[in-house]
Amino acid sequence: MIRDFGIELVQVVLVLLLAPLLTGFVRKLKARLTRRRGPSLIQPYRDLLRLLRKEAVLADNASWLFRVAPYVIFATTWVAMTLVPTFATGLLFSTSADLIAIVALLGSARFFLALVGLDVGTSFGGIGSSREVMVASLAEPALIIVAFTLALIAGSTQLSVIAATLASGEVGLRVSLALVLAALVIVAIAENSRIPVDNPATHLELTMIHEAMVLEYSGRHLAVLEAAGMIKLLLYTSVIAAVFLPWGIAAPDATLDAFALGLVLYLGKLALAGTTLAVFETAIAKMRVFRVPEYLGFSLMLALLAMLLMFVTQSL
Amino acid sequence: MYGVSYDIAHMLAGGMVLVSFLLLYQDRMFSLLNVFALHAGVLALSVAWQAWVQDEPLLYVTAAIALVVKASIIPVALHRIVQRLGMHREVETTVGIGLTMLVGVGLFALSIVLMLRVTVGVDPLARQDLAFALAVILLGLLMMVSRRNVVSQVVGFMSMENGLILAATGARGMPLVVEISVAFSVIIAFIVIGVFLFRIRERFDSLDVHALHGFRGDRE
Repeated sequence: MIRDFGIELVQVVLVLLLAPLLTGFVRKLKARLTRRRGPSLIQPYRDLLRLLRKEAVLADNASWLFRVAPYVIFATTWVAMTLVPTFATGLLFSTSADLIAIVALLGSARFFLALVGLDVGTSFGGIGSSREVMVASLAEPALIIVAFTLALIAGSTQLSVIAATLASGEVGLRVSLALVLAALVIVAIAENSRIPVDNPATHLELTMIHEAMVLEYSGRHLAVLEAAGMIKLLLYTSVIAAVFLPWGIAAPDATLDAFALGLVLYLGKLALAGTTLAVFETAIAKMRVFRVPEYLGFSLMLALLAMLLMFVTQSL
Repeated sequence: MYGVSYDIAHMLAGGMVLVSFLLLYQDRMFSLLNVFALHAGVLALSVAWQAWVQDEPLLYVTAAIALVVKASIIPVALHRIVQRLGMHREVETTVGIGLTMLVGVGLFALSIVLMLRVTVGVDPLARQDLAFALAVILLGLLMMVSRRNVVSQVVGFMSMENGLILAATGARGMPLVVEISVAFSVIIAFIVIGVFLFRIRERFDSLDVHALHGFRGDRE
């Protein structure tokens, strides 16, 4: 019991420490790919600390929701992250909440973000909220269907069990899994406001989604929101790593060596995912906002195909 | 339960369906041609894998034909035709891409349900492979129906033919004579279509097949 608690605690703290590093890694790599030197790897930590020390400026007509929402968003994202197995399965919390609960937690975080985008009443916030909800209305069904397909394959909606089943190798290569991977990657890119959908590094009014909603925030509120965004990126990366690259993930009763190996492999998987993301973002141009529904509809369609195929195959 | 070799063949067949959907999704002419080259490339991989698994050297010839002719020569030739004709770089669709994709999902469901009903009592994964091949053929057909531009209709036709080869190799090989004759008929069809493209273009200043409707007598 104490041991389980210890593993969970390590993971909870670890994800908080790793999230800015992953973001910094992607930024650095993107800079190097475009032949710039780029900020150092630990720049996101410095940014967060600086924002935490600064004064938070509030608009005159900001309601209590505007002050509370950043912490709610951060908390729900962090709790969702603690449910994802990173280097070890069989987490203490994972018995109490499954993949569907993770989707729900992320959904409520987004709900609050869209609300505070509207709260102050600036036009940019409104644009951001409306676009965010447009993206969500297609991304969330796709995510839920991905969850159902994985549940059909592994026989459980718990992410730990799914990761353990897929790591055991008894499932083998399945077309459904490939379709689900493609759908999940598309959703992850859209949800994290990465390049074909949104540009994380810009403040260009016409195209921004996430930045438009948090435009009115400053100081510690902004720091908390930025941290939530970084954790969300880590969360999606970890889900993809746990389900599709499950090798080396430690069982709950493993030895200390297995945990160390799992941790090293987890860092390797993160580096791989970050590199892929940076190369992809450098190679591709941002798409028009009006094409985003088509792009996300494609992911929804892939997820539907995967579930259809899995459903029909299992009924044989 | 099944070996890795079967899993890989299965994945490649599924990959063909995925690339077929990617073909439907494209809205730029050049990216459409690139994805078509990818389609033929996956087909070549799939056929080569079948050749290795079934130990049939003749299938390697099929794979080589797919790789050389369909994945290299035809896309490059189509690229040059598009450039020489100075065509619109956008694919013109009769209905929206979203609707086409929905119809595509419907066709995929149809092919799965149909194939699984028809082939009761055979190995389940082989049944899925046949269903994938049928889906590729139907999606190629959908592509031909839903595009107004001749070049994208040609791509739809070629991807349909890829689906036929996928079905044939999955079902324990097909005689090389048949394969070569199919390949040649495709090349000849391609040449004939290419000549026609220029003729249509000369006469109507456009490659939109709607321009031909005046000759059917059913429109003004």
